[in-house]
Amino acid sequence: MKAKVYITLKAGLVDPQGRAIQQSLVTLGFSNVNDVHVGKFLEIEINEESPAEAETQIKAMCEKLLTNTVIEDYRYELETPPVVKPS
Amino acid sequence: MNWGVIVFPGSNCDRDVAYVLSESFGQRVDLIWHQETSLNGKDAVVLPGGFSYGDYLRSGAVAQFSPIMTAVKDFARDGGIVLGICNGFQILLEMGLLPGAMRPNVGRSFVCKDVWVKVENADTPFTRAYESGQIIRLPIAHAEGNYYADPVTVSSLRANAQIVFRYCEADGTPTERANPNGSLDNVAGIRNAAGNVLGLMPHPERGAESVLGNEDGRFLFHSLINAVPVQESVH
Repeated sequence: MKAKVYITLKAGLVDPQGRAIQQSLVTLGFSNVNDVHVGKFLEIEINEESPAEAETQIKAMCEKLLTNTVIEDYRYELETPPVVKPS
Repeated sequence: MNWGVIVFPGSNCDRDVAYVLSESFGQRVDLIWHQETSLNGKDAVVLPGGFSYGDYLRSGAVAQFSPIMTAVKDFARDGGIVLGICNGFQILLEMGLLPGAMRPNVGRSFVCKDVWVKVENADTPFTRAYESGQIIRLPIAHAEGNYYADPVTVSSLRANAQIVFRYCEADGTPTERANPNGSLDNVAGIRNAAGNVLGLMPHPERGAESVLGNEDGRFLFHSLINAVPVQESVH
């Protein structure tokens, strides 16, 4: 099973990288770009059949290591592999 | 005193700290590889500066789970002296021994220079050789020193005099201009509520000898050496 984890800075926190990119985009002529937020994207292959168990584990990974919950939020998607029907 | 300096893959100030402690102060110092699991009766522990685990994910995020850190956590919870310098401060925040978190510098770049720092609280084991309000000069070198904590945490830090060092002008005023990284409230170093754990971004070990042109950092080590009762070593 594959999990896609998205990590973003909490709303309201200054994002220096995002601000630099926003300014650069405006300089390039994309003058309607108001705000850019930079985050992290992780793809995690997990050897687990049960979606519920996979979700519990991904949540624990996010809380323990993948994010610092003082400054970051996270969300995730689980991709269950399609069931291959026997021909 | 018997000191332990923890060495992670990517630490690069471990030997500097060990040198100052052993050569300038005649202390017993052991470098402790992060895969070890015991502190073997140390009186104080230093988490040195550097780039543990290449700063992957977030500075200090991976190092907090090194095997030795369980022992460091227990040591701190039992009141043992733990000093985190730069990356060591970041690790202390990540592992929750100090409150808050570090963000990338507001200026978006690695900052390496000498800064003025005000000793806000000289009534700690780490700062008792300074005077309260003393303005000192210390080197900084980091890309993630932009301290953040939520408003409730910040007010408790203030109420308990846990903000120990703040970036300031030469006259001691904590201005935005004197803040090298955007750190909240110009925070350069904080201690825990119990008072036995201190983290700071500046490098006292890089300003601890007159031959280096700066001795201001020396008094931090001097404070600790006089503050901590030396245990009988068992060998």
